[in-house]
Amino acid sequence: MTTTSCGTAGQSYYEANALKRITSLLDPGSFHEIIRPEEKISSPHLRILGQPCSFNDGIIVGAGRLAGKKVLIAGQEGGFMGGAVGEVHGAKLTGLLQRATEEGPDGVLLLLESGGVRLHEANAGLIAVSEIIRSVLAARVAGVPVIGLIGGVYGCFGGMGIVARCCNALIISEEGRMGLSGPEVIETTMGVEEFDASDRALVWRTVGGKHRYLIGEVQRLVDDDVAAFRAAAIELLNDPRPLSLEELQKEHGMLSDRLKSCSSAYDAIDIWHTMGIAEPETLPLLDTAAFHKAVQHVYRGAA
Amino acid sequence: MNLHELLDELFPDGHEVGCDDEVLVGSGRVKGREVAVIGTAGHAAIGIEIALNLADAVLQVIESHPGRPILMLVDTQGQRLGRRDELLGINGYLAHLAKCLEMARQRGHRLISLVYAEAVSGGFLSFGMMADEIHTLQEAQVRVMNLPAMARITKIPLERLEELSIDSPAFAPGIDNFFKLGGVESVWSTPLSEHLEAALTRKAGADTRSRLGLDRKGRVLAYPVARRVCTERV
Repeated sequence: MTTTSCGTAGQSYYEANALKRITSLLDPGSFHEIIRPEEKISSPHLRILGQPCSFNDGIIVGAGRLAGKKVLIAGQEGGFMGGAVGEVHGAKLTGLLQRATEEGPDGVLLLLESGGVRLHEANAGLIAVSEIIRSVLAARVAGVPVIGLIGGVYGCFGGMGIVARCCNALIISEEGRMGLSGPEVIETTMGVEEFDASDRALVWRTVGGKHRYLIGEVQRLVDDDVAAFRAAAIELLNDPRPLSLEELQKEHGMLSDRLKSCSSAYDAIDIWHTMGIAEPETLPLLDTAAFHKAVQHVYRGAA
Repeated sequence: MNLHELLDELFPDGHEVGCDDEVLVGSGRVKGREVAVIGTAGHAAIGIEIALNLADAVLQVIESHPGRPILMLVDTQGQRLGRRDELLGINGYLAHLAKCLEMARQRGHRLISLVYAEAVSGGFLSFGMMADEIHTLQEAQVRVMNLPAMARITKIPLERLEELSIDSPAFAPGIDNFFKLGGVESVWSTPLSEHLEAALTRKAGADTRSRLGLDRKGRVLAYPVARRVCTERV
């Protein structure tokens, strides 16, 4: 198997748009989009509110090959309303996952970049996210691995943060962020003393890729390079983990332990210190390779 | 209807449901059939502790009472907003709860939700919305965001949103809107035990909410778009 033939070394995942990410992740020329933008299937609700629409409603879905394996793939477009999920956006993703359940491809890749439910069509968006959650889990029950990739400008928050953790496995970059309520939402609702969203270092060490990897929320931490994401995705496709009761009991134990051991933690540095990392305050400064080296003696893996 | 009246109404043959830190766990009987009860009370904000306790209750039903139907009683103001919850990965705790419920479904547990007070966003998404059937009481509230907050964030004048919400169910709070969109299957009135009994006799199936949203003309694109992506030849 080759992981270096895609010719995209050096392509930043963070900076690329959804189409660029998809085409450089997959085997060259293998991507076929389903429902092309020329058809202009966009949000009816944004139109009613007089808001700008996108002809793909902020998501691209289709089929292709990854190292020769048949995959279905979706890419959320952070550039359109922060990748927020509305009726059509959500239906494209749900339809793709239903296709996975029916067709049984080798895997599904979800390029997640979203602030969650699109507030302009909040009710329809919330139901859509619920349908996505159910269809991710249905695909997993059908034995199809669903791999999430997070490394875009807007991170992965709101209901899509829940969707992410319903996947078999996640790949994240240091720049990737994942959570439920974004720092800005918490600051606006609870006050700046609860969460200062302008403190970038605080934001990154709380919801950023390194912390998510260390506490076992994601399986792979990679460089901000599409080729690195591709290599990790190929690896994870070869190791599908079906949804099982045993797996959930294991996860339950891990989440209970985390709550017990970190219940008084207020900052990521406290948690890293508790984990046994000698100089936790230096972790944010390390590049990915140096970071892996610094944490390998304490890293216990993801659930 | 307070919680005690609600449980009496649902389970005329008796119930034992405890409430600990806003989490409801127990069981009740309808027409001789034992039903597990799992839920929240007091407009609970779902943080990591509650999510884990709910997941624990679901796993215990799976382990101790194979196949027993689960009634999920929903009362949540949404997810708890806070830096510590985010630091510890609250999205993972909510996803874990959703996965436990899916596991229960796969193992033959019928999942019925009843929104008896309030259902909002993330707290609803990871729990009540995972059911095979989602029902509400008439006086219940379901929403993502109220219109003044939506007006502030979207910069669309409140008056305009109020006017548009008369014809569009897509954004304004209310069970009628969620009903039209297919997110609420039906509204229960007394006697509640009859509705529960009827729901328990129906079979679980695939997620039909987008089809309901189409039939009720509230969400007309979700079903055809998903079908097309699912079936189109590539």
